Amino acid sequence: MAKITLDNLAHSYLRDPKGEDDYALKELNHVWNDGEAYALLGSSGCGKSTLLNIISGLLQPSQGRILFDDVDVTHAPTAQRNIAQVFQFPVVYDTMTVRENLAFPLKNRGADANYVSGRVQDIARMIGMEAELDRKARGLTADAKQKISLGRGMVREDVNALLFDEPLTVIDPHMKWELRTQLKSLHHEFGHTMIYVTHDQTEALTFADKVVVMYDGRVVQIGTPQELFERPAHTFVGYFIGSPGMNVFDAEIDGSTARIAGTTVDLGAPYGALRGKTQVGVRPEFVQLHAGGEGVPARVRRVEDVGRHKIIRLDVDGQTYSAIAEEGHSVPAGADRITFDPEGINVYADDWRVAPESRMGEAA
Amino acid sequence: MNKTVNQKAWFLVLPVLVLVSFSAIIPLMTVVNYSVQDTFGNNEFFWAGLEWFKEMLEDERMWNALQRQMFFSAVILAIEVPLGIFVALNMPKKGFWASFCLVLMSLPLLIPWNVVGTIWQIFGRLDIGLLGYTLDAIGIDYNYTQDAVDAWVTIIVMDVWHWTSLVALLAYAGLQSIPDAYYQAAKIDQASRWKVFRYIELPKMSGVLTIAILLRFMDSFKIYTEPFVVTGGGPGNATTLLSIDLVKMALGQFDLGPAAAFSIMYFLVILVVSWVFYTVMTNLDKRDAK
Repeated sequence: MAKITLDNLAHSYLRDPKGEDDYALKELNHVWNDGEAYALLGSSGCGKSTLLNIISGLLQPSQGRILFDDVDVTHAPTAQRNIAQVFQFPVVYDTMTVRENLAFPLKNRGADANYVSGRVQDIARMIGMEAELDRKARGLTADAKQKISLGRGMVREDVNALLFDEPLTVIDPHMKWELRTQLKSLHHEFGHTMIYVTHDQTEALTFADKVVVMYDGRVVQIGTPQELFERPAHTFVGYFIGSPGMNVFDAEIDGSTARIAGTTVDLGAPYGALRGKTQVGVRPEFVQLHAGGEGVPARVRRVEDVGRHKIIRLDVDGQTYSAIAEEGHSVPAGADRITFDPEGINVYADDWRVAPESRMGEAA
Repeated sequence: MNKTVNQKAWFLVLPVLVLVSFSAIIPLMTVVNYSVQDTFGNNEFFWAGLEWFKEMLEDERMWNALQRQMFFSAVILAIEVPLGIFVALNMPKKGFWASFCLVLMSLPLLIPWNVVGTIWQIFGRLDIGLLGYTLDAIGIDYNYTQDAVDAWVTIIVMDVWHWTSLVALLAYAGLQSIPDAYYQAAKIDQASRWKVFRYIELPKMSGVLTIAILLRFMDSFKIYTEPFVVTGGGPGNATTLLSIDLVKMALGQFDLGPAAAFSIMYFLVILVVSWVFYTVMTNLDKRDAK
């Protein structure tokens, strides 16, 4: 187990990168604390797999260093890094039995036979495949194969880190829950440093202590699920996390008020002079509907009942936004105004969050 | 599932059936016809029953040819399959050199059989052949027209030169279909090069290798032109393979009856061996899957 430090790390797939756009992974400094579970969240092509492959040593970064604890492993081959990785598609050795598959990483490292068989038994119990231990891996379902891959990743006790590259993509939904829960309990049990790449926010939020959100080759926010929900550091985080995502209104900011669609809205705190494109972000959970009175004029387009709550699709100044009405609350008849809960308001300049002046010092 | 049953579909198969019967079934039946009759020319035929078959089965000549044929196929399979895999493993995976190698590997496959035979026939000659002359010059006693072992070495090397590419190309296709994640996982599992080959590459190639072995077996078992052009079956009968012997009997001696019986048995041997081989290989596959 190890602390992993990324020092000035960047990667480009081009031989001779010119501008920032040529980098699949933009310059990054980050420390993955020993024993924490991280989720690396982002849409496809945002550089998260690139980052993971650099950590596992399958890819050499164009610049910067990687340290495991305090040892520079930037140019160390994968085998020397002592990490385990589980891939998106199940990788099993077809001609081997399940038992041989699980024992493979240990045997290759010359582990003692008694230890190997005990360890394989433990892992098989964990992934629930004790009954299938002597079956050939070929011909098993994708679920079972991916469980073997997970098991092979966890069979070594001394790994520096466990990396997961969207490992549950091919798994049935009900199995996803089970495996994710298992992973989480394994993490509690053994305290491995885990990095879990996914584009599924539910997966990221339920699995990880800290979620690292990536966008366009850049890490835009690192935080607990709650921080990502309440204070998205970038409009992408607001949009990507939450269902539906955060509403982002173009606004003119003036001190502690904003003008949205011709209406003045109180921001609850003063903001300094802002440069660039200014926007106000409000999650649908913090949007209230009223009939008449104060607020930004809005037209209700449709109401989607998703069971636990209702999602109201709104039209403000030609743009579509959403609000959420909790179970039991109904949409007021003739609703044509929206107001925002002050604690749910975030202000953005050029897509990055700006902290209010009275609360300076908070991470922007 | 509810399948539509429509007997009219047979009409769609009819053209193929007609073509195949003219190109394969009817000629085969004429061979069957010859094999059970005796003729002294003048288009007069006498019923001979299974006599020719009996005669051929008791004839050492056919057994010897069969032995040589088995030996030939075994040797070229034992060389071409491992060598083809080895070449495929060492070919570049992508880029200019990958295409270059593919073209280079395909070249021998594009050359007609009799040309291949002629190339090697000349290549091995002591007076003007590059190979024969050079070997002779450096003091190696080589003469494929006089020495049986030299003749065998020549036709085997020729076949290896001509056909290893096919195995290599098929194996290469099998290798290319292995996702990168397998190699990455192997690195992480600290698998040795041999284990990567044994547990990843070989299992993933097994399908195409089955085809390669089957094709090479069938082709080598009925090989005619190349060795015939090079050695003519000699020296003596040393390289007289089944097909060469068959042609000698049918067209040289004009023994139509025995030759027809011979060719039917020859055909059956290829059919049975291929079928056994194919069934065994696919059953192994199925057993593994259980």
